Amino acid sequence: MIRKVRNHLNPEEGLVFEISSPGKKAYQLPDLDVPAVDPAQALGPANVRREIEHFPEISEVETIRHFTRLSAQNYAIDFGCYPLGSCTMKYNPRVNELVARTEGLAWAHPYQPEALAQGCLEVIDVLERYLCEVTGMDAVSLQPAAGAHGEWTGIMLVRALHESRGNPRKKILVPDSAHGTNPATAAMCGYDVESIKSNDRGLIDLEAVARAANEDVAAMMITNPNTLGIFEENIDKAAAILHEKGAMVYMDGANMNALVGISRPGDFGVDVMHLNLHKTFSTPHGGGGPGAGPVAVRSHLEPFLPIPRVKRNGAALAFDYDRPQSIGKVRAFYGNFGVLVRALAYTLAHGGPGLRNATMDAILNANYVRTRLQDYYDMPYDSPSMHECVFSDDRQSAKGVKTGDIAKRLIDYGFHPYTVSFPLIVHGALMIEPTETEPKQELDLLADALIDIAREIDDDPNLVKTAPHGTRVSRVDEVTAARKPILRWRP
Amino acid sequence: MLDAIGVPNIESLFEHLPERVLLGRPLDIPPGKSEYDIVDYFRALGEKNATWPSFLGAGVYRHYRPVMCDVVVSRGEFLTSYTPYQAEMSQGTLTAIFEFQTMICQLTGMDVANASMYDGSTAVPEAALMAMRVTQRDSILISRAVHPEYREVLATSARSRDMKTGEFGYGTESGVSDLEDLASKISDQTAAVIIQTPNFFGCVENVKAAAEIAHRHGALLVVVFAEAVSLGLLEPPRDADIVCGELQSFAISPSFGGPFAGVLAAKEKYLRQMPGRLVGETKDSRGNRAFCLTLSTREQHIRREKATSNICTNQALIALMATVFMTVYGKEGLRELAGQNLAKAHYLGAALPRRFSSPYFNEVVVRNTDPAAANRALAGRKIIGGLELGRFYPELSDCLLLCATEMSKKADIDQVVEVLR
Repeated sequence: MIRKVRNHLNPEEGLVFEISSPGKKAYQLPDLDVPAVDPAQALGPANVRREIEHFPEISEVETIRHFTRLSAQNYAIDFGCYPLGSCTMKYNPRVNELVARTEGLAWAHPYQPEALAQGCLEVIDVLERYLCEVTGMDAVSLQPAAGAHGEWTGIMLVRALHESRGNPRKKILVPDSAHGTNPATAAMCGYDVESIKSNDRGLIDLEAVARAANEDVAAMMITNPNTLGIFEENIDKAAAILHEKGAMVYMDGANMNALVGISRPGDFGVDVMHLNLHKTFSTPHGGGGPGAGPVAVRSHLEPFLPIPRVKRNGAALAFDYDRPQSIGKVRAFYGNFGVLVRALAYTLAHGGPGLRNATMDAILNANYVRTRLQDYYDMPYDSPSMHECVFSDDRQSAKGVKTGDIAKRLIDYGFHPYTVSFPLIVHGALMIEPTETEPKQELDLLADALIDIAREIDDDPNLVKTAPHGTRVSRVDEVTAARKPILRWRP
Repeated sequence: MLDAIGVPNIESLFEHLPERVLLGRPLDIPPGKSEYDIVDYFRALGEKNATWPSFLGAGVYRHYRPVMCDVVVSRGEFLTSYTPYQAEMSQGTLTAIFEFQTMICQLTGMDVANASMYDGSTAVPEAALMAMRVTQRDSILISRAVHPEYREVLATSARSRDMKTGEFGYGTESGVSDLEDLASKISDQTAAVIIQTPNFFGCVENVKAAAEIAHRHGALLVVVFAEAVSLGLLEPPRDADIVCGELQSFAISPSFGGPFAGVLAAKEKYLRQMPGRLVGETKDSRGNRAFCLTLSTREQHIRREKATSNICTNQALIALMATVFMTVYGKEGLRELAGQNLAKAHYLGAALPRRFSSPYFNEVVVRNTDPAAANRALAGRKIIGGLELGRFYPELSDCLLLCATEMSKKADIDQVVEVLR
């Protein structure tokens, strides 16, 4: 029985271009207090455009209604549990939004003199130190703009280290359970990718690592806990095998929400890693960004970090550009500073003990959901779960219902689906990450819904295969979208 | 919950972790603070920064942010949603991205635009790599009048790839790219020519002439913009093959350099080589219009090491903020806004010794015998001056780059003129 939601009326809304008409406006500019300038004269007639063809023209009230009506067509954490595995969709505290808009921080220009930007430099300095403590690493660069950008930066650091030793090496090892960004990153950094098969427990196979490790290997990219939500208990041994051959260990920190305060990558052999501040540190996902992907390193990689670094200069903080071995800049200025402010606010609000508690609650919630569902869905790798659990649709696909169908049916129950069909090593994966911020009532509603759906598949598989039924938009034709792409409105 | 799981306490849920990997002590981070303490802490940090009138531009601009922009992006439905993989419950975000893609095409004169890149600087190497895939060539020529930090990010990217980068100069009198220098350096191995307009000196480039040179050699022309407001008045770079740039000017606060939003737009024929997310229009099973992420076979989660880019999370909420900004100002407003910027900058530029002769938008390079001393004098009047160009261009160490926008008050401009003249 669907208990979490029932339908309500929801207005139709056209595209902004369709509600536009000439002369409507939603802006007011102040009176110009200097003489007006003729654009054609100042810029040259050929450089001046006649108009922006078909650009919006709507009123202020239509603007707020337009975007409010669109917003009503979204699901969000603020509506309920968003159990996307690997994505760590936890509550985003609103105080973080407020402090990121503090005037002195939000209006600080990246080129204003350091003496007039000490508040910003302090945010960077303090957050770097806290992230070092959380990861057990020696230095952090906050410059990368997102997780994949942090991966890219990290592998570029590995490349720079190997180059400084005379040979950039040829390939990156990636487990077959890895995120898609890992092999894509390795390729973008000019490396070949060698996939390493996981063992029958879903973990790194030390013998496979030993066979693959040689002087051509620049690094192995490891996610820990891995994408099955299982802690890689032999990661330090894998690291030792790789270090023996001069290869580095890169850790994809996407699942750091399972480790904060309990275990530190710097203590189990990791040389370089990234963090997703928009996952572990709760900065909002915003429909796909902005995030931040700080990269943390042990001391042997520190000379290569992007410029500038923040250093203390007496009582003041300053930028240091004089770092001859640096890989250079990976992004203009100093990274997604506003996201860093939010992550620092999150860290301060939790404090050390609170961060550890959050981790423990994340593990508790995932194991609770696992317990409630394990009689209804198959779990091909049943090692203990950390912050997420991965089922397969084996039992349901025997009835012709696949993980993607179950996901769509879950929408009718008022939940955003789990991560579908990932990791690739699980056939028809359902990857569920509830996060620590879900109350038990919400977890029970989620588990009840998935149990109901399992029963529906026994009784009426077609109901599930044609879901969702209660949404304003039914199943979307993605095939036609890709075959005949319409990527913009035209009159 | 523990009873249901069948364990006595939470710790037992991770007692399978080997002892040797456990931290075994509390994190050395002070205990949690109250909401009031946190607000107070950041207010104090903000007060350590100057919040004076500023004439800094150089890729980050002070524009008024209509209230509507924060109101919309603060809605939890947008703020706390994920990448819209599940189209049936993400039509709000998907529709807004579709509108964004359309507006970027209208602004830039391109056929297709993606859902956003991290920022202007990282969009440049993505455009370069895209041009290399299209042309199957490996050399990039970039103008020295492109933002220095964008060029640095391109150089970092080139370290790991079979990408050769070279620069061409700018006219020491004109302040725009030296197209003769370009013509002498371009070859049949050049994948892309990259220019920025208005360029780093605020000067308007001759896109058509640069396009002719690039196309004559089978290279693509990539046009970069850092000041999006200029597109309210300036002829869009229709002769470009790829346009990329920075949307910070559209309601995004300077925020010490980020988060901003990059854009990447191109001619339709290069669509399959574009990086990043794309939203397309389609129908649902009942025949209603619907939107979804599309052409994802270009992307990392499908193609892994063969993807066009590793980009995953981008800048969706910032792109939404820019979409609201473009909607609020609209067709007439963006033009009027650009006109005010032009007027303010020309009021400033007309009163000072200009270094370059080319037409300029809202930034101007002025000569000054001692730019550092001039900035100190302005700081004495609680005004943040311009960028000392010697930092990036040793040959311009006697110059300041000044920016005036609709937020620059005449009284402050007059003070700057008084100090610098």
